[in-house]
Parts: sequence; C-alpha cells; structure tokens
Amino acid sequence: MGEASGKMNNYDVVIVGAGPAGLAASIEAAGAGARVLLIDENNKPGGQLFKQIHKFFGSREHKAGTRGINIGTELLDDTEKLNIEVMLNTEVCGLTPDKKIWIIENKEISREITAGKIIIATGAYENSVQFDGWELPGVMGAGAAQTMINLNRVLPGHKVLMLGSGNVGVIVSYQLMQAGAEVAAIVEAAPTLGGYGVHTAKVARAGVPFYTSHTIKRAHGKNRVERVEIVQLDSNWKEIEGTEKIFDADTICLAVGLTPMVELIWLAGCKFTFIGSMGGYVPVHDRYMRTTVDGIYVAGDVAGIEEASTAMEEGRLAGISVAYDLNLIDDAQAEKRIEEIWTKLDSLRCGQFGEKRKTAKDRILEEGEGMILCHA
Amino acid sequence: MSCLKKCGAPSIEELRASPGFPTEEDYKTGNIAVIECIEQIPCNPCETSCPRGAINVGNPITNLPTIDLSKCTGCGICVVKCPGIAIHLMDINYNEDSAMITIPYEYLPLPQANDTVTLVDRMGKEVCEGKVEKILSSKAYDLTKLIKVSFDKKYYEEIISIKRI
Ligand SMILES: Cc1cc2nc3c(=O)[nH]c(=O)nc-3n(C[C@H](O)[C@H](O)[C@H](O)COP(=O)(O)OP(=O)(O)OC[C@H]3O[C@@H](n4cnc5c(N)ncnc54)[C@H](O)[C@@H]3O)c2cc1C
Repeated sequence: MGEASGKMNNYDVVIVGAGPAGLAASIEAAGAGARVLLIDENNKPGGQLFKQIHKFFGSREHKAGTRGINIGTELLDDTEKLNIEVMLNTEVCGLTPDKKIWIIENKEISREITAGKIIIATGAYENSVQFDGWELPGVMGAGAAQTMINLNRVLPGHKVLMLGSGNVGVIVSYQLMQAGAEVAAIVEAAPTLGGYGVHTAKVARAGVPFYTSHTIKRAHGKNRVERVEIVQLDSNWKEIEGTEKIFDADTICLAVGLTPMVELIWLAGCKFTFIGSMGGYVPVHDRYMRTTVDGIYVAGDVAGIEEASTAMEEGRLAGISVAYDLNLIDDAQAEKRIEEIWTKLDSLRCGQFGEKRKTAKDRILEEGEGMILCHA
Repeated sequence: MSCLKKCGAPSIEELRASPGFPTEEDYKTGNIAVIECIEQIPCNPCETSCPRGAINVGNPITNLPTIDLSKCTGCGICVVKCPGIAIHLMDINYNEDSAMITIPYEYLPLPQANDTVTLVDRMGKEVCEGKVEKILSSKAYDLTKLIKVSFDKKYYEEIISIKRI
C-alpha cells in the first residue's frame, strides 16, 4: 500500500474513512483512473470489518457465508492492486464547501489538502444510556467490547450483562462467549427482541436468558461494576416497582444503537433530514450518493445506519458517480453499473427487516430529488 | 406472542409451521438437514452451497428456505455455510437406541471423540448426555467445526446443541 508522500496536496478524490464503504468507493474511483487518497484515523484500514469474525448474511454476490474479516482482506487486496494511496493515523478535522480538507497526521502534523471530489464514509458511533453507576469502569459500548476481544484480544470481563437485543447485542454476546466470557443476560427495553431470530437462537441455546420489557436500573460496585440491577417496564416504559432483579456481573455492554458520524458533513454545509430508524440526522443524498453540496458524496453508515453489505454497495455507487462526474467514464457505462448496484441494494433492503430501511432510504432520496442538480 | 421474539429461540410449533422443518415422516428417511430458519432475512448460502441443489430460497432472497429431502445426502455443507448457525443434521436411526446430531460448533475448547458431553435444548436447558462420535474440520468449513454426537433417540426433537465445555 502506498505511503502518503507528505508532499502531495491535491487529489482528484479524497475519501474520508477506510471502512467497507470507503474501501469500495476507492476501488471504483481508482479503477476508473482517478487519483485517490484514502484517509483513516485508525492505524489499520477496514473500519468495522476486521472485528466481524462471524460469517455474513446475504447472497453469493455479497460474499454471504464469508467472515467479515475475510471480506475486509479481499477489499484491501484490491486497493493494493490499484496502488491506492492510504494515509493512516490521520484524522480529518475539518472541511469546507470548496473542498479544502484539514488533516492531522499522527496527532502531530497539521496540514491542508484539496480535492476535486470528496467522499465521506466516516461510519457511526455507539449510543449510550445513563443509569445510576453508568460511570463505573466495566460499563462500555458493545462495539468497544468487540474491538477489545477481536482486535486486541483482551477480555473486558468475565461475566457480562448486555443491554440491547439488536443484531449488535446478540452477535457481540455470542463473540464474548467465544472469547471465554459468560453472558449473564441480554436485557431489552422493548417488548420483543430486536435481532435476527437465528442470532438470538444461537445465544439462547448457549443458556443466555433474555429479559424483554426490562432495563438497567443501576450498576453496583465500589471501584468497578460488581452487580447489575434490572427492572421491568410497563407498556408506557415506566419502571414497575418490586420487579427488580440483581445479577452478578463485572461488565455491562451497551448495544443501544448507532449514530451516523456526520460532523464533517455538517461543516461542509450539506442539507440534512432526521430519520430516527436510520440513526438520527442523515445527509440528504440522491441515488448517486451526491449530497446537496457539489462535489461532496456520502456512503455507508454515515448516510444512514445499515450493514457492511449495503455500505460496500453505496461505496461503489459513490466511487462510480465520482468517476463519472470527473468525466472518467461515460454515461452508458455509469448508468449500467449504477443500475446493477441498485438491483443488489434493493435485494438487501427487502423482507421484514430490510423493508424499513428501504422506506427510510426512499425518504432520503425523495428529499434529495428536489435539491440536487441532476447529472448533466 | 412469538416465542422466538420473546425468549430468543423458536418453539417447536413455530418450527413446524416453517417450510424448512422436517415432518415426523421426514425424520425417518435418514440423516437429514434440519433447517431452523423461520424469519424472512435476506440470506441464501444454504441454497447456493448445496452440492445437490436440494435447498431452495429463490427470488426474493428473503423467502424461507425449503428442502427436497429426497436429494439431501446429509453431507453437512449447508450446516457450516449457514451464517445463522441455524441448520443441523439429524439421524434418528443412528442405531437401535441412539440418534445422532451433527452440529456446527464455534467455541473453544473442542470436545474430543468419545467424550461424554451434555446435550441441550433450544433454551440451553440440559436434556441428556451423549457421546462425541466424530469431529470434522476442513478448510472449506472456514474454522467452523462439525461435531457428531449420539444420544438417546427419544430426545431427538428437543436436542439442538451441546453445552459449552
Ligand atoms: C457487532 C456488529 C456486527 C455486525 N455484523 C454485520 C453483518 O453480519 N453483516 C453486515 O453486513 N454488517 C454487519 N455490521 C455492520 C457493519 O460493520 C457496518 O455497517 C459497516 O462497517 C459500515 O461501514 P462504513 O464503511 O460505513 O463505516 P465503518 O466501518 O465504521 O468505517 C468508518 C471508518 O472511518 C474512519 N473515520 C471516521 N471519522 C474519521 C475522521 N474524521 N478522519 C479519519 N477517519 C475517520 C474510522 O476510523 C473507520 O475506519 C455489524 C456491526 C457491528 C457493530
């Protein structure tokens, strides 16, 4: 992988975030001949992919049945073949609508680069909830626990209570058990479980109890979490007194949703819309992943929380439209690829879980329609 | 209220109502794949991995899988490929008294052949003991192991896995 020369200051395309969305975007844009710089604040590219040690869902085209970590490796191989320049340990701290980008390398060197086009693929951050004792050591995001076990090989604790039964909560519970921890319970405030049934079933058969309509009341402990008190909720989400239960646990993982990391997109002056099911404020964009600011594109979780499979497809869309907008590929080529990718995206956004995401994406696109100039 | 969405695991009634789950007659036909996939999710590696074309998901990809048991040889490829760890093999006539289950297993440590292990039901409740007959691994399984365990055949509809060791 090419190291940043430190001298270059101007690129056809700068991509912020080297997760599945950013990597896929870079492959499409560089494949069409653009000079691409990919920036990530981490010391390794791949975003969330390298901690997804489980086999992915989907179809063959989406590499279903392959572990996330191996999908990441395949993407990295492609970026290497295309000699894409990757700048790691580099944080993008700001950008302007005229596409000046402020970066800080290795937490030391501050400089400015400019780009013809910018694709923002910064992903998302984990939500938190407050309860008595939430500041005790041992309370952490489920994603953080996943990073600890699967990337850093450190067990955050021996007995974990998971709050949230969505896919992240149940997958991380399974992986914590694989890493050698015990999961005391999975607690869900809603009356029904959120994650795919196959995921809940595999932790249920490992003996993990689920508590729906329950939440954490407080964490007890002197210097760290030692016990967790949960309580039942009524249909108005009010705590029902007298239903408290106490579990021994040294770790509480919070899997209570993700929020798109949109700060850079606000700075650029893009229009937003609020869609709760997509994680909150998301940038308005069109089917080519263009925002309302000319030359700024988005892809992946930052454009609405979904999955790695959709993030990669959106990254490809952004990469292709950038190449098209730079006149590197013609109309017919671009439209053909864009259509193919949309067919795949539609197949990922169907069924009882995907339908909701499709409706939400349609809303974002509808808002985009009126605001974004059409392809010339 | 659905058991799957409340306690995490499907009830036997929910399973029987799904198209991939065998009938009592089906179980008698030999070592067969038992598919416990009752929710429409966009996923089809079971279909694309089956070397006999016995499993069908089709279009849209959210359809529940169906299986033509006359084509199923009990090879176990779908068992390792299913990202949901939702398929196992069951042979209720392994011998006169025992059935044999083949489960996908992704925990460490692994049991050894001939070990006595505890078998559990879908809620993780211990049901009976069994004997590890064989452990299969292959590069194509991508780290997942297949563990074959024999046990008292009267529990065949309850047993889903082994207790972690
Ligand atoms: C527990 C869990 C299980 C999952 N399982 C699946 C699954 O089975 N199948 C599936 O399809 N998806 C799954 N996902 C979802 C999937 O991981 C994400 O949807 C996907 O990673 C989003 O890709 P992305 O490229 O948009 O963002 P990310 O992967 O989050 O990448 C964003 C990158 O941007 C970088 N970045 C952010 N801000 C800056 C900045 N200012 N400067 C420089 N760099 C920056 C970050 O360091 C990061 O590398 C799972 C997620 C979790 C948490």
